[in-house]
Amino acid sequence: MSRLDSRDVTLVEAVNMALEWEMAHDESVVVLGEDIATNGGVFRATAGLKDRFGFKRVMDTPLAENLIAGTAIGMATQGLKPVAEFQFMGFIYAGMEQIISHAARMRNRTRGRLHCPLVYRAPFGGGIHAPEHHSESTEALFTHIPGLRVVIPSSPQRAYGQLLAAIRNPDPVIFLEPKRIYRAVTQSVENNGEAIPLDTCFTLREGSDVTLISWGASIMETLEAADVLAEQGISAEVIDVCTISPLDRETLLCSVTKTGRAVIVHEACRNGGVGAEIAASIAEGAWLELKAPVARVTGYDTVMPYYRNEQAYLPQVDDILEAAKRVIAL
Amino acid sequence: MRQIHEFRVDSVCYLDDQGAPLGDLPPQAKDTDRLLAAYRNMVLTRTFDAKTIALQRTGKCGTYPSVLGHEVTGTAIGQSMARSDVFVPYYRDQATHILRGVSLTELLLYWGGDERGSAWKHCPEDLPIAVPIATQSCHAVGVAAAMRIRGESRAVVCCIGDGGTSKGDFSESNNLAGAWHLPVVFMVINNQWAISTPRSIQTGADTIAQKAIGAGLPGHIVDGNDFFAVTEALDNALERARAGKGGAVIEALTYRLGDHTTADDATRYRSSDDLRQAWEKDGVKRLQNYLHRAGFWSAERETSLQADCRRIVDQAVEDYLATEAEPPTAMMDYLFETLPEALKSQRERIADKYRGGAL
Repeated sequence: MSRLDSRDVTLVEAVNMALEWEMAHDESVVVLGEDIATNGGVFRATAGLKDRFGFKRVMDTPLAENLIAGTAIGMATQGLKPVAEFQFMGFIYAGMEQIISHAARMRNRTRGRLHCPLVYRAPFGGGIHAPEHHSESTEALFTHIPGLRVVIPSSPQRAYGQLLAAIRNPDPVIFLEPKRIYRAVTQSVENNGEAIPLDTCFTLREGSDVTLISWGASIMETLEAADVLAEQGISAEVIDVCTISPLDRETLLCSVTKTGRAVIVHEACRNGGVGAEIAASIAEGAWLELKAPVARVTGYDTVMPYYRNEQAYLPQVDDILEAAKRVIAL
Repeated sequence: MRQIHEFRVDSVCYLDDQGAPLGDLPPQAKDTDRLLAAYRNMVLTRTFDAKTIALQRTGKCGTYPSVLGHEVTGTAIGQSMARSDVFVPYYRDQATHILRGVSLTELLLYWGGDERGSAWKHCPEDLPIAVPIATQSCHAVGVAAAMRIRGESRAVVCCIGDGGTSKGDFSESNNLAGAWHLPVVFMVINNQWAISTPRSIQTGADTIAQKAIGAGLPGHIVDGNDFFAVTEALDNALERARAGKGGAVIEALTYRLGDHTTADDATRYRSSDDLRQAWEKDGVKRLQNYLHRAGFWSAERETSLQADCRRIVDQAVEDYLATEAEPPTAMMDYLFETLPEALKSQRERIADKYRGGAL
């Protein structure tokens, strides 16, 4: 039964709702991954799908991420729309050759004869006291690969609408789910099968003094920082980049042209991070309007610490406030 | 102690090195049309190969991997497959591509640096040539899984070299094919060499075929220069796969008679004696000898076939050389179904820079 109601759901429940909706409405959608069928996924993102759609469309795979990545490609060339789950982003690397050399290139190298309408889902990011290799934010690896879309929803509504859009998209989408906020908030989501466009940033809050740019779980701290700034009389615009590749530079430049100041917040390492690309784009496209250099609040250029120290690594509200005040003081 | 599993790997050969039957031949040997078509494809493939190497040597084609020594296996695969089956190649499968309907001009375009060389008009479902080693085996099980999900009576043939079997992709895909009973036949073309690395260094296993057993698949060895042996094994494996009885691994033993590619010089790492001995087992000559013995062939027919093949190849080369390069903007046009807004300015820049055409 589709749930055609509007109800309060968490981000991970919204993922589940979108998968169920699309599987019910498009027979070519299949899901595969480790522990996703009978167990419903370690985060429950695929709960109930096997019971409703059967093992033929909800497939527990052997424990081999490279195989999952490549099998999805073969299925996609046959016109299926596979949604493959990597249990954690830290385990996606075994599939990188398949993702980079084949999924991202199939349409181009066959001049459109074959293509890969698939979604690779993975929970990512730190902050949940997980074991080693379970907390990384290496989204920038994928933004360097032509032919891939990289989408990171940061609310239940966007998770629902953007996963639908990702599945319906005829090209490969890396869909990274910020697991720190899998259950942090609930939001009313209408289960109506309506997709939310990809390739566009979302302005979550309008402001005039500074643009705060973020994505993923860091959106929470960024919004909180905007609240604090407002109390202090500083009007911050908050943009959720959402599709980090290809990048909607237009929305970002419009905002920075208006505010003249930008602070980019991301959990991933600074060096070569997506923030660097955004900062460069702002420098290229809005430097005459800039009243201060672009600031970045990011993770450090080190290995993600084990969980006793993970909060010391993750950008905090105070870090964002400090950066915002610094650019405003100039 | 109790033995709980034993395994066997059979090995099949029907013709001796001179093309004389070693015993009773399989039923396929009675199909004269099939034999003559096979021999023709082998000669066409070899003619194409020699010509393409010559084009590379004269700067008219890029780096190219010779197919010498793979004509028998490639032809047998192309013939055993039904049109509705799907071929998942690596990069030395010219003989199969030709039978699947890929044009010689398309093959030349691919190796001549033009993406349209994989736009294959006549075999829309076949996967393109796979250069990254063994990666194609994962695609093969994905295609086979799609067939199984839809309940189709079709099968996949996946080609891979002996070197490729050392990669996890091969083992992982064998494993999935066994676990999910997928209709996929892995055809290992064991030509003894992965560039300069001999088969003995790839694995400590006696045979590559036995790796199939650990994945829950049957493993067979055939003489890869014996057209009857390869054909029979493939026909049987494909029939079984299409009937829903699962996949198989066939290890075809042959020898890479040419260099790895035109960028390689095999005299640096293997002896001329080895090569001479391998030529004595050449499967094309072996089938020709068989056809002569059986009264199906003559010197006149051979002369005529050679001339036909030269003419076909020359025409393909002419078409290839006459094909203009795509406009440089094509590099942006097939990345996504619709070019994202964010990339449009880059495409415009290319268009402006090369308004007069490619460099």
